[in-house]
Amino acid sequence: MVERGRRTGPRPGRYSALSLLRHGVTGQAWPAAWRNHDMRRGYRVVIIGGGVHGLATAYYLARNHQITDVAVLDKGYLGGGGSGRNTAILRSNYLTPEGVRFYDRSLQLYRGLAADLNFNVMFSRKGHLTLAHSDASLRTMRWRAEVNKLSGVDSDVVGPADVKRLVPHIDTSDRPRYPILGALYHPPGGIIRHDAVVWGYARAADHLGAHLHQHTEVTGIDVSGGRVRGVRTTNGDVAADVVVNATAGWATLVADMAGVRLPVQTFPLQAAVTEPVKPFLRTVVVSGTLHVYVSQTARGELVFGASVDPFASYSTQGSLEFTEGLASHVLQLMPSLSSLRLLRQWAGLCDMTPDFAPIMGPTDVDGFLVDVGWGTYGFKAGPVSGEAMAECIATGRTPEIISSFGLDRFARGELLGEKGAAAVGH
Amino acid sequence: MMLIPCPWCGPRDAAEFAYLGEPAPRPDPTAASPEQWRGYLYLRHNVAGPGTERWYHRMGCRRHLLVERDTTTNEVRPHRSHVGDES
Repeated sequence: MVERGRRTGPRPGRYSALSLLRHGVTGQAWPAAWRNHDMRRGYRVVIIGGGVHGLATAYYLARNHQITDVAVLDKGYLGGGGSGRNTAILRSNYLTPEGVRFYDRSLQLYRGLAADLNFNVMFSRKGHLTLAHSDASLRTMRWRAEVNKLSGVDSDVVGPADVKRLVPHIDTSDRPRYPILGALYHPPGGIIRHDAVVWGYARAADHLGAHLHQHTEVTGIDVSGGRVRGVRTTNGDVAADVVVNATAGWATLVADMAGVRLPVQTFPLQAAVTEPVKPFLRTVVVSGTLHVYVSQTARGELVFGASVDPFASYSTQGSLEFTEGLASHVLQLMPSLSSLRLLRQWAGLCDMTPDFAPIMGPTDVDGFLVDVGWGTYGFKAGPVSGEAMAECIATGRTPEIISSFGLDRFARGELLGEKGAAAVGH
Repeated sequence: MMLIPCPWCGPRDAAEFAYLGEPAPRPDPTAASPEQWRGYLYLRHNVAGPGTERWYHRMGCRRHLLVERDTTTNEVRPHRSHVGDES
């Protein structure tokens, strides 16, 4: 992957049509999108995990709360975990009112993100179709559509004829093993360039004064008197008033260092992409019954995702079982894709919680906050999570929008049950 | 393909099994505090490395078994309690 970063120096200028023209005409090299800094002995806020959640938190801390004494640490490169491995689908048609409100705020932020960050994040609002292959799922979709509408989210149940009109390549006949009975149609959903979101947040956070430290692994967290004091890293010890765990699949390993136990298990989720073809697939198509979701990127590749692997693991090695299952399910939906070739497959690590909802906010250790449990739905929540975590850090209070996602809900037995969390069942 | 060493059927494709995860000892329901009970329900160690876990051979002998698996490499070994069980 591309290493981005340069030594401490002047802040990079704004991207504009004029700067594009100037660089195009003069052939002058573009400056690196963000700078490298020497590690300070201490920061007010240390964020562990340089993905979209961690970087968005750093950005909103600086932009909304003028807190710039912030470091983002990542043991690899920025966006090398879940942020660069998801299938980049955005939507807000969730099942619980809390979920709908939360993800809709994220979609709002995503809509204005390119202008906000001065970075083209390539958000394409193609619409999102969740197929129903049974009466039971059609019933759940009606429920979801009504919850969505009450929250002002554009979402409705459509019939097989509408599905065929939106996606002519889909087999809506009664030939397949699981015929299509209808779908939940969500026009505001779509896809985005996930790397651009990471790079945009990184560049903007750097611009506002946050330090981004790549290849810096946290090896310990210092806690004394019930309060976090700092982190130990492969790049030296760093004192901190606030430490945020935003490490997705590695969440429990980092929380264990602070003596905080999380109800999280790590499962790999595999995805694959085909060779590019002419644009033909207008919307994102999801089938929970067939465990598959499909979208076509701006480059013309088809991106496929599935449900998590059947056992917990930290291995990101792909499996043939996944490819075989995926191919058979995709061809059930769109038989005309049978001659397409897969370019590659990969896996990302998902931090699954018992109720398929995230865990955000304070823990029993003062100053140690978590933004974890993002499972298979973390990417689309990046902006709102960053905004809410930044507010939580700056004000010391849990914002209302994430108040139901606290770690204490498990001890109280108030699980959320967000069955619409992942479009594909687990 | 991952092979699971079933003490009764020998090494078989992991797809024949259901993964049941880390063994969690069940506290006494009449004596456990709500915190202990929630811990039993939801908290797992989620180890990165070798660990013991339960699997169920649902498409084979339909018996429960323990295996040792390294969650970073998916390398599987028979659990010590089953070693010597193979016929």
